[in-house]
Amino acid sequence: MRRPVLLWLLLLAFAGTALPAVAAPSGTQVALVAYSTPKEAYKKIIPAFQATGAGQGVSFSQSYGASGDQARAVINGLPADVVELSLEPDMTELLKAGIVSKGWKRGKYKGIVSQSIVSFVVREGNPKKIRKWDDLIKRGVSVITPNPFTSGGARWNVMAAYGAQLKSGKTPAQARAYLLKLFKNVSVQDKSARDALNTFLGGKGDVLITYENEAILARKQGQGLYYIDPAKTILIENPIAITNGKNQAAARAFLRFLYRPQAQSLFAQTGYRAVVKSVAAKFKYPARPGLFDINYLGGWTKVQKQFFDPKTGIMAKIEKQVGGGTG
Amino acid sequence: MRRLGLRFAALGYLAAILVAPVGLVFYRAFQHGVDAFWASITTPDALHAFKLSVIIAVIAVVANTVFGVTCAIAIVRWKVPGRGLLNALVDLPLALSPVVVGLGLFLVYNSRTGWLGPWLSDHGIQMLFALPSMVLATIFVSLPFVVREVVPLLREIGTEQEEAAATLGSPAFATFRRITLPAIRWGVAYGVVLTTARALGEFGAVSIVSGRIEGQTQTLPLYVQDRYDSFDSVGAYSASVLLALLAMATVVAMTFFKPKEGTS
Amino acid sequence: MALARAATLPLPVERAPSGRALGFGLVTAYLSLIVLLPLAALVWSSGKGGLGSFWDAISAPEGVAALELTLGVSLVVAAINAVTGTLIAWVLVRDTFWGKGIVNTAIDLPFALPTIVAGLTIVVLYGPRSPIHVHATYTRYAIALALLFVTLPFVVRTVQPVLLELDREVEEAAASLGAGPFETFRRVVFRNIFPAILSGVALAFARAIGEFGSIVLISGNLPFKTQVASLYIFGRIESGDPHGAAAVSVLLLLITLAVLLGIGVVRHYSTRHDHA
Repeated sequence: MRRPVLLWLLLLAFAGTALPAVAAPSGTQVALVAYSTPKEAYKKIIPAFQATGAGQGVSFSQSYGASGDQARAVINGLPADVVELSLEPDMTELLKAGIVSKGWKRGKYKGIVSQSIVSFVVREGNPKKIRKWDDLIKRGVSVITPNPFTSGGARWNVMAAYGAQLKSGKTPAQARAYLLKLFKNVSVQDKSARDALNTFLGGKGDVLITYENEAILARKQGQGLYYIDPAKTILIENPIAITNGKNQAAARAFLRFLYRPQAQSLFAQTGYRAVVKSVAAKFKYPARPGLFDINYLGGWTKVQKQFFDPKTGIMAKIEKQVGGGTG
Repeated sequence: MRRLGLRFAALGYLAAILVAPVGLVFYRAFQHGVDAFWASITTPDALHAFKLSVIIAVIAVVANTVFGVTCAIAIVRWKVPGRGLLNALVDLPLALSPVVVGLGLFLVYNSRTGWLGPWLSDHGIQMLFALPSMVLATIFVSLPFVVREVVPLLREIGTEQEEAAATLGSPAFATFRRITLPAIRWGVAYGVVLTTARALGEFGAVSIVSGRIEGQTQTLPLYVQDRYDSFDSVGAYSASVLLALLAMATVVAMTFFKPKEGTS
Repeated sequence: MALARAATLPLPVERAPSGRALGFGLVTAYLSLIVLLPLAALVWSSGKGGLGSFWDAISAPEGVAALELTLGVSLVVAAINAVTGTLIAWVLVRDTFWGKGIVNTAIDLPFALPTIVAGLTIVVLYGPRSPIHVHATYTRYAIALALLFVTLPFVVRTVQPVLLELDREVEEAAASLGAGPFETFRRVVFRNIFPAILSGVALAFARAIGEFGSIVLISGNLPFKTQVASLYIFGRIESGDPHGAAAVSVLLLLITLAVLLGIGVVRHYSTRHDHA
């Protein structure tokens, strides 16, 4: 029985050396919780911050996932000092739960740290000739979008589609009918924007509706992608906030850094549209003639209730009709 | 002729269902050269995931072994009241989906509506989205194996030697140490190997309670999923190869320790 | 004589009677913390809001479809395993060929391999970049393939030991009396290994019905098409509906236990009619 004991001792010793890595690290630690797509941006931004005076000795923990899921996780106890989500309603949930305070929206940029627009990603050569929203409801076109009840990106997609109809002069009733036709063409509804991109890359679907920044990033990473910015589309604004946690000083310093040209440039390099005008001017993003924002549709509070209430929302009814799920 | 037919049918099925998928992952992992594989395996996140998996597995194995032997003795030797229920509870993890296990832990430990969560959170103890709940999940799913291996063994070897020792005046624990334990040691060893395999490979339950905190609550299986989601296929395949190698070492150990007279 | 008397005397009183109580107490506490507590929370959460709320949660169309799909695929996979598992066990016991030891060891691989890796292997082989140009991802076939992979060892490992112990004499006698090989198998071997096959099938079914990790990457989680129960439950948790998730979980567990019980009953009856 001697040798097994030796083996166990070795194992324990090995485990012992790794334990410091697992135990709480010393120094300030900022917990960053974000939705699924800014991961690559933060991988560059965090080291840049740590190289500054304010960021010296600050370590980070990072968690990424579908926007709605992450918001719920934070409410259920996921440690978070800085939270960036896909859209405002998810941040409002955190406000209601007392995780962030009302002041998160104050400030020059109204709590928005990055922007994008809704785009179409198509196959090489665009065989189905998809250019406008009306092309998506044609017969035989298979559309990929995440599920709006888990994914923030999907909600942007829905509002872009709806708003584009209104911009074309359709009535709200006609725009709703469009949404139904659109979702009848949806073949897969993943949990998050990133999962939907993977599904499209995996060969499913003719067109993926997603953030422009996701399309740009995937292209940069060598995935053969072609994307189209439709003429009428919505401006995506991603909110960020500090939680009422312990590491406020370090978190605030990080937040300030995110608005500096260096960080905004790093966002832009991974496909986002910078909110700081001087940086945005350097990256030539195509302006869209029919660009609108959520206020054109009545603001998120109204839209969230009208479209995405799990029982009475327009999308809940549509999901039922197409045989989809509400999560 | 018939024998050859059966043989090729069996081997053909195994080749299609077992060998081809696993072999292909190995191929893809090394497709870009051994350097690329090694670079993927030695990133800080990958190494941390590996260490985390091992630590959790060691804790689960030690806990479940001590529990397993004690529980088996309680069921077979002490004949405790309610041992039928004990047996059933021990087997329960085999009938539960890992997702359900994760959900159960979530319901107990989440800091908003959990049974113990809010109290623990108020006292600064982080269970969910941290190591403790991941350990609990792993212990849960790998619980039955040592018990299931030791119980039939205890029944088989009978109590003669233990009774003889008792009549000769040996105190209970010494009897256990000198007579019972050596008699069951191969069953325990086999149970330990099974527990290790199950603990290292756990994915579903841990996925729910871990919170996706990179570099901190990612075990190696979770890391595989993360790499796959991040378009890093080489990273995903490489980590998979590492896990597959660990699995192969485990099955070799299983063959070595397997009770010879057939399992119960 | 004295020894015989000693053997019939009751065991002497334990020097440390509290030892047993302590052991039993620790075992109970451990089981309570690890298993009972989460299980109780599950049952309690599923029943929260009363029977009506429970019924609503389990009768959601998406959930019903997920359960039906799960049960269907698991039964098919278990049935396939009954045949292939027996075949493989037969070949491993009765046949000899070079490399048999390696094959025998490899059978356990699906048990030890993490389920997410199993799923990745299915994606690699049957996904969009499949080298054999089979594109099965996002279909039910992919789910079946993944389940066949993870349930491979169960029937094999329950049948093998029984086959090993089988007395060949009866088979040889039957052959010498003119019975063909298939008839011999059916009448002599099969009735002996049938209970073992059932045990393996029960294990395979229980495993398949709850399988999650290997399906997560390949099924696409399409409601009503490729969403299995475990994925549906996962979706309910992530959508902030743990109550709905708990209700379906409890139902899934009850169904699993019912099927296992049923298989156990069949097994019991099949062994009852056994002669020596």
